[in-house]
Amino acid sequence: MKKALQWTVAALCALLAAALTVALLALPGAPVRLAAEVEAQLPASGVAHPVTAVLLNFRGYDTLLEVAVLLLALLGMLAAGAGPRALAVPPDPLLAVPPDPLLAGLARTLAPLMLLVAGYLLWAGAHRPGGAFQAGAVLAAAAVLLRLAGLLPAWARPGRRLRLAWAAGFALFLLAAAGGLAAGALLRYPPDWAGALILAIEAGLTFSLGLILAGLFLAGPEAPRGGGGA
Amino acid sequence: MSAGLFYALTGGLLFALGLAGLILRAHVLRKLLAFNILGSGAFLVLVGLGGRDGTPDPVTQAMVLTGIVVAVAATALGLALARRLLELTGDMALPGEAPHGDD
Amino acid sequence: MATTELADPIPWLVLLPLAWATAAFVLGPGRGGRLAVAGLAVQAALALALAAEVLEAGPRRYAVGGWAAPLGIELLADGLAAFMLATTAAVALPVAVYARGYFRAVSRSDAHPKGATWFWPLTGYLVAALDVLFLAADLFNLYVGLELLGLAAVGLTALTGERAAVAAALRYLLASLLGSGAYLMGVALVYGAYGTVSLATLAPLIEPLPAVALAAGLMAAGLALKTALFPLHFWLPPAHGGAASPVSALLSALVVKASFYLLLRLWFGIYAPLTTAAAAQLLGALGAAAVVWGSVQALRQERLKMLVAYSTVAQLGYLFLVFPLATGTGPAAAAAAWGGALLQVLAHGLAKAAMFAAAGAMVLAAGRDAVAGLGGVGARLPLSLFAFALAGVTLMGLPPSGGFTAKWLLLRAALASGQWWWAAVLVVGGLLAAAYVFRVLRQAFLPVEAASTGGVPRSLEFAALALALGGVLLGLFGERPLALLGVG
Repeated sequence: MKKALQWTVAALCALLAAALTVALLALPGAPVRLAAEVEAQLPASGVAHPVTAVLLNFRGYDTLLEVAVLLLALLGMLAAGAGPRALAVPPDPLLAVPPDPLLAGLARTLAPLMLLVAGYLLWAGAHRPGGAFQAGAVLAAAAVLLRLAGLLPAWARPGRRLRLAWAAGFALFLLAAAGGLAAGALLRYPPDWAGALILAIEAGLTFSLGLILAGLFLAGPEAPRGGGGA
Repeated sequence: MSAGLFYALTGGLLFALGLAGLILRAHVLRKLLAFNILGSGAFLVLVGLGGRDGTPDPVTQAMVLTGIVVAVAATALGLALARRLLELTGDMALPGEAPHGDD
Repeated sequence: MATTELADPIPWLVLLPLAWATAAFVLGPGRGGRLAVAGLAVQAALALALAAEVLEAGPRRYAVGGWAAPLGIELLADGLAAFMLATTAAVALPVAVYARGYFRAVSRSDAHPKGATWFWPLTGYLVAALDVLFLAADLFNLYVGLELLGLAAVGLTALTGERAAVAAALRYLLASLLGSGAYLMGVALVYGAYGTVSLATLAPLIEPLPAVALAAGLMAAGLALKTALFPLHFWLPPAHGGAASPVSALLSALVVKASFYLLLRLWFGIYAPLTTAAAAQLLGALGAAAVVWGSVQALRQERLKMLVAYSTVAQLGYLFLVFPLATGTGPAAAAAAWGGALLQVLAHGLAKAAMFAAAGAMVLAAGRDAVAGLGGVGARLPLSLFAFALAGVTLMGLPPSGGFTAKWLLLRAALASGQWWWAAVLVVGGLLAAAYVFRVLRQAFLPVEAASTGGVPRSLEFAALALALGGVLLGLFGERPLALLGVG
């Protein structure tokens, strides 16, 4: 019975794959060409890179909400971890063994370099591939590396200062969105200010996103038992 | 066939594969991996179809970037919940789904 | 000019909950309740102002960032959107008042060592996500809204941190991700076919291409899963029945309605050229099966909150009757079906929030979540029991409740379109609802059988009563919402 059900699901998925293939092959060209429109409005966006222009200006509303999604993942994690500490599960072996001195040395060298790379990615976003999310990811990776090397304690009990840092990037973005109302619409940047505003928002986001992504690792359910740093 | 269409077709296959994994696998870690395959499939279709004529479409690229961040957030929450479930039950399968029929 | 734009309710409906949610997060665990109640009160005023404006001046588009669609993201406030925004505020505000009392009581009792923890920020983001969804007119923006809503709902489900809640939250997350994944694939296909995700731009372009038909199917399936349409309801009872009571109220009353709303918008909106009578009959049949299956399961539950959760599965079934009753039927039948389904959204929203709120109070007083353990509750918490019974009146569809008006309209649509078999579903569903509601009432009037753990704060009982009265009074004052739904 169960086997039959599994085969049915597998067959249906194969059917879906076939249907997708046929549908994609039969697709005519799209009547609306947004790429050309992005190109045409790029000078008014405040940045020179089209993807950044879409992310932070033309469709900045999506990006604002997406930062809220990240904050929510963190919140959900904190909520789930707040219950009774129950059954004994062996602590994460990665964090239980004393950190490798070689790894620690490497982390000490790499972390400042990663900080530099993050700064570059943030600045580059205005005119070439890069931007706040990429920079934030590198920052978070640096924090994870430092944690694994035993150089950074786990964030067992996130205090108000950490929460403020987590929320700061989103709060700044929200303020900019509300400030747009004075210019006529939610998230509307005056063209003369757009470039500076976008850079400020991206800088705030880089900082907070780095900390949020790091928090997903360092403040995770394993962390409290790790005993505040290996 | 353009490179964009090829990516889109690959995306369609990945989507179906991920869908099957998400439904059929019992271990939560496998389910989360399957969700990421499914999501990547959708992203590939989006970005591939946007760049069908050879010029990349910045709108689809921005959408996929947004989608990736959402997927990362959802995966992180899923892992945290799975980890918590392991802590509370000693098992990484949802109640009612066999954990060992999996390997 | 600038002052009218600063006072425009549309952007503030999104900004305000995001702002207080973030502030509550920074304030810390257990904090932010007062902020939330104040924020939701303002939100209710904004939603009513928008509804009045739409009723008077018709639907309005709003270009975020000043960029018109298809380059930018446009929002749309029509009658349906304004109705859903008002529903959100009308349910969320009393639930927030209830939650303040509930978590204070819970943190005092020994059985539950925890207070509100992260309830307030999660609720703020949840409410913001609902407002985002109801205002959205862009397929990708709707996707982001769906994910925001899903993650907030999952976080709230896991709030107690207990074993059953964590398992339910994980199951909910996986179902939710599967649903939004299918939806996103649909968005990708539609963008590939037309190069835009703006609903207004898409509407005149849509034609029955294979890719578009596939997109419509994937999106409908994904949204049906998120709305817990039978047989895709497996994730709902453990999540709604196992969460903290204020959370159960929000999830059952509002969250599942959001994906239904989206399905409704797409089905009768951009996908109208693709919909077939057969597909509509299928959705209706699944809805009918949900009514019967959910009610029978509710009758068999031993835990009170699981009973109420299965009742949600059943009540959601009625909503899907709108598809056969308004697809390809005459304008009179379609209008009645549309009005009936949406009044059911509001009536069930109020009644189910009331029922979970009352159930939460009774569970607190009885010390355990069991139908069999309710003996004596009728004497000790008469207000809560009265609220539960009033909510039951709405769920059964008895006059003069909002549930009665909703089902009456659906009945009229069924007869006007010559589909009498859906009328049978309405009658059977009402009888089954009466059976499970009376099962609870009978227990509650039995003499006390176990030692009590104490009373509950009065604010809990009054909030539940206010919600239940809202559901009943809707039957007497249903014309205004119905007129609003006719706009746009």
